[in-house]
Amino acid sequence: MAGMHKSEIANPVLNWIDSRLPVITMMQKEYGVFPTPKNFNYFWNFGALAMVNLVIMILTGIFLAMNYQPNTELAFDSVQRIMRDVNYGWLIRYVHQNGASMFFIVTYIHIFRGLYYGSYKTPRELLWMLGVVIFLLMMATAFLGYVLPWGQMSYWGATVITNLFSAFPWIGPKIVTLLWGGFSVDNPTLNRFFSLHYLLPFVIVGVVFLHVAALHIVGSNNPLGIDVKGPQDTLPFHPYYTVKDSVGMCVYLMVFAAFVFFAPNYLGDPVNFIPANPLQTPAHIVPEWYFLPFYAILRSVPDKLLGVCLMFGSILLLFILPWLDTSPVRSARFRPIYRILIWVLVACVVVLGFCGARPPEGIWVILSRICTLYYFAHFLVILPILGKLERPLPLPESISQSVMGGGGGPMPSGAHAKPMEKA
Amino acid sequence: MAHSPANGHAHPGHSADVTKRDLLQLIAGAGAAIGAGAIAWPLIDSMNPAKDVLALSSIDVDLKPVVAGQGITVVWQGKPIFVRHRTPEETKDVRATKLGDLLDPETDQARVKAGHDDWVVLVGICTHLGCVPLGNKPSDPRGDYGGWFCPCHGSAYDVSGRVRRGPAPTNLPVPPYAFESDTKIKIG
Amino acid sequence: MRALRSMIAGVLMGGLAIATPAVGPALAAGDAPTPPAQNWSFDRIFGTFDLAAAQRGFQVYSEVCSACHSMRLLSYRDLAGIGLTNDQIKAIAAAVTVPQGLDDQGAPKEGPGTPASRFKRPFPNDVAARAGNNGALPPDLSLLSNAYLNGPDYINGVLTGYSDPPAGFTLMDGMNYNKYFIGHQIAMPKPLSDGQVTYADGTTASVEQMARDVVTFMTWAANPEMVERKQMGVRVILFLLLMTCVTYAVKRKIWADVH
Repeated sequence: MAGMHKSEIANPVLNWIDSRLPVITMMQKEYGVFPTPKNFNYFWNFGALAMVNLVIMILTGIFLAMNYQPNTELAFDSVQRIMRDVNYGWLIRYVHQNGASMFFIVTYIHIFRGLYYGSYKTPRELLWMLGVVIFLLMMATAFLGYVLPWGQMSYWGATVITNLFSAFPWIGPKIVTLLWGGFSVDNPTLNRFFSLHYLLPFVIVGVVFLHVAALHIVGSNNPLGIDVKGPQDTLPFHPYYTVKDSVGMCVYLMVFAAFVFFAPNYLGDPVNFIPANPLQTPAHIVPEWYFLPFYAILRSVPDKLLGVCLMFGSILLLFILPWLDTSPVRSARFRPIYRILIWVLVACVVVLGFCGARPPEGIWVILSRICTLYYFAHFLVILPILGKLERPLPLPESISQSVMGGGGGPMPSGAHAKPMEKA
Repeated sequence: MAHSPANGHAHPGHSADVTKRDLLQLIAGAGAAIGAGAIAWPLIDSMNPAKDVLALSSIDVDLKPVVAGQGITVVWQGKPIFVRHRTPEETKDVRATKLGDLLDPETDQARVKAGHDDWVVLVGICTHLGCVPLGNKPSDPRGDYGGWFCPCHGSAYDVSGRVRRGPAPTNLPVPPYAFESDTKIKIG
Repeated sequence: MRALRSMIAGVLMGGLAIATPAVGPALAAGDAPTPPAQNWSFDRIFGTFDLAAAQRGFQVYSEVCSACHSMRLLSYRDLAGIGLTNDQIKAIAAAVTVPQGLDDQGAPKEGPGTPASRFKRPFPNDVAARAGNNGALPPDLSLLSNAYLNGPDYINGVLTGYSDPPAGFTLMDGMNYNKYFIGHQIAMPKPLSDGQVTYADGTTASVEQMARDVVTFMTWAANPEMVERKQMGVRVILFLLLMTCVTYAVKRKIWADVH
């Protein structure tokens, strides 16, 4: 009996459970009283929003899978049956379809938050790297899922993307055949893509658990990027941040609903309303919007292998970002030059997105080359050097002192949103 | 005679045992790795083309019914394959074309099998945007160069399958194939 | 090996055009003018389908388009969505002959359609459809309205965009000139002419009117859930707006004691 947990829960049934498996104590510790920096701004909503989005995707996906047929003869029509005949099928399907876009919107903002406030710096390197793993898994899941409706863009997107692996010498074509399970994208391909599309979200759940566990070991970063000095700097997670996340969630759900109910196909490609036809290529093959910057990087160089390496490299280099950024200061608020360059990086990624949507001709090629060059230079050259040269602004003594000094109003969050708007 | 690891290191007299134990551990580890590999390989290989898919990876085409001047379309690996029986004049004419006039220079000889100069076998997917060009059926337009004509954007190919007018950038690819006999080819 | 590589290169050329940006996909749609934007009953947040127009459009589809174009994703029962009564639907369905499984000898059997039957297809399969149309495949119309950017405007433009080719334009055999069609050469002959159908409600069947009606019908066919979706959307957004206000008020209250 020595191993039994001493639970403080009053309810006898819950106490009995909690004594043997202290999940309730754990939840209280991690999400109830968990000490959280008191100066979060609304950017700190997006981790929770991503979690909500993941749950929405898994839930809708399970019910879609009950009616979907992963067979080239049936896939397209089974999706249309969901849209037309299954009760609320159109709602579940449009939520899942637009949920993918919302997931990327939320995640890109979450990543930007990490970049802006230096959330990847010690001691949060592993937390950040787990995040990059989640991002990669998300991209793979989204790609696999986009193939399932078996429209023209599904088919040709799958063809083009799987063909990327053929760029690798010798082993490349073997990998492509292995991925296809045949000699072109066909029924075996669709079948396995469905299997993997169902599997990967649960892998994501696992890595998210590690991501959150790592977060609760090292603690959250905050807009000032300075360490928590003591209890005066923190608030219990509940109710302060549960309620703040709830506000963010309502706004996020409104944006989500606006897409689902009023423009469900706005972010999709019209060509995907035509069933896949292996004998006819659409005029423009473009990936979904969230892949466009990477697609532009891929096309920015005339050499296929180099393009593929750059595309994968553009994400993989995020893994070593904690060691590329040599500045000891986390938050961009106190880094006058970095604060400008991070927006240059954002601008470059947005321009790359536009380039990815256009045919690779004329000005678009030049623009995508310039932006690709900056993207890599930003991480590989500028960050290591900037950390040594830049003179950071003086950091506040502590979070609570900064909250007192910086406006002193009843709404610290409002006060601290300001520097970001300025930036 | 079970030794705890601590004992093994504490008594130098047992060093022979230690070496033996390390070796055994190594063998066990290697065995486990081989076992894991043996389990993994069937799973990975199950993703490779299955027997029914492989059965379709090569097809035999009977050439007897195809008279000179005509062509047929067969499907190989989900792609349309053009098999065209050229007249000797067509072969002569197409070989008279100067390489300098071609958009994607390649000799006709390099695109057919020696000894079977009148037969041309091509992947019938326009290299522009993947439309299927016309020209195999007698009623089809064959374009200004007597070969194939893509209805989508007007690319014209000669009877060697070489692109003569854009927007297609390259010649129609030649699939791997071989003559089994004078009247039969194996594609793939 | 070389052939394989060039095949892959061919596929990639269409999409990626990595090898040489100069030979990238020539803009297929680049030369066609944008069809004029129309005012549709189903536009905007509160737009619904003009059911009278959709019913007239169904008449145009049945009497004109359905000779060549299938709408394979629709069943006759779906027509309740454009306001047809059960009896009307039964009558429409019974007028067609559809396969009905096997008779007791095991031979395929046919019989009159029911509301549950799919729209009858003009051709049994795509090969037959091509063979019957000079090699060109008449696209299925179930989703066509969604398959182009501004689909309704585009289809309306094509239906009304037939004219003689301008001087110097060489038309291929069996093709027709169309101002708005991508590439201008369309295999479909001018489908609509004034007075081609007689509308029961007395509307004058001009080409423009029929085009608008059939586009309304096709857009309904592609998005039968649209009206329900928009109505639900308004309620969901209002609810979320309320919830945002409430949670924000709670948040202000809870955070009020944080200095």
